[in-house]
Amino acid sequence: MDKNTPVLIVDDYKTMLRIIRNLLKQLDIENVEEATDGQEALNKLRAGNFGLVISDWNMAPMTGLDLLKEVRADTKLKDTPFIMITAESKTENVVAAKAAGVSNYIVKPFNAETLREKIEKVMGNA
Amino acid sequence: MPDGHPAANAPPSSAEDARIEAAVRAVLGSMAGDLSATEAALLAELEGLGRTVARAKQEIARLKVDDITESHIPSATDELDAIVDHTAQATNEILDCCEVLEKVAGRVAKEDAEALQGVTTRIYEACSFQDITGQRIGKVVTALKAIEARVASVTGRFMEGRAPEPEAETEGRRLAEGPQLPGAGVSQADIDRLLADF
Repeated sequence: MDKNTPVLIVDDYKTMLRIIRNLLKQLDIENVEEATDGQEALNKLRAGNFGLVISDWNMAPMTGLDLLKEVRADTKLKDTPFIMITAESKTENVVAAKAAGVSNYIVKPFNAETLREKIEKVMGNA
Repeated sequence: MPDGHPAANAPPSSAEDARIEAAVRAVLGSMAGDLSATEAALLAELEGLGRTVARAKQEIARLKVDDITESHIPSATDELDAIVDHTAQATNEILDCCEVLEKVAGRVAKEDAEALQGVTTRIYEACSFQDITGQRIGKVVTALKAIEARVASVTGRFMEGRAPEPEAETEGRRLAEGPQLPGAGVSQADIDRLLADF
């Protein structure tokens, strides 16, 4: 992955955004922007040129799954890699996310190695 | 209906009480002349019903529902919100310290720097507890608010203006339940297998 690729992280917990940002920094990924719900993320995605979205699920007013559906339905954004990081750990959640086109799915609490592995899998190991 | 009947004299406290009283009056009003044994039994039943309604009113009044909906539950949810705020503050303090440690790591020997990065990574991972506990507390707050609404509804004190606007029921909202209890959700390894099988 090109370390300068713009990444959008989405979570309604500010501390979680800070944790993910710092873990990404340890992976030398520092071109990171934040959003605190799906709608704000969608606005930023449409205005920007992000190469990866890392999103929580349970947010209001727009959830991460609904954001994912909007992204996949948008001709400009539909190919953007999208990783869900969420505490939603029921099988039906994973199935729904996959059906909606999620690139990978990380269940909270997660570790840095899992995050690195999933990003490399989604973005390539370059 | 005898004037001294409790259901006849008590002022109607709700539309439902008024309907019950109207029904009782209508039945008794249709009776003329001497009462038969069946009609007398019916009258006794109606009197019993009236007493039950009056007693239920008194019991509901003794519940002090306002204490529950205006004091106990809001106080409980405020306390839980305070827990979330305090853990967020503490987590941010810890993250501040980690960021200082990472800056120090840039000024020390490689071996020490790697050790510092290792421990800060573990602290970052551990700090995600704040998100999980926050979501769990959020589920409890939602449950308390549902109880508050039910109590208010049952006692006839629920007013439309107090009802929260329901959120649009998207698939994402419907499936959002937050963290599962230990053993109830699937593991990361299970998720990886699910995605691979798709």
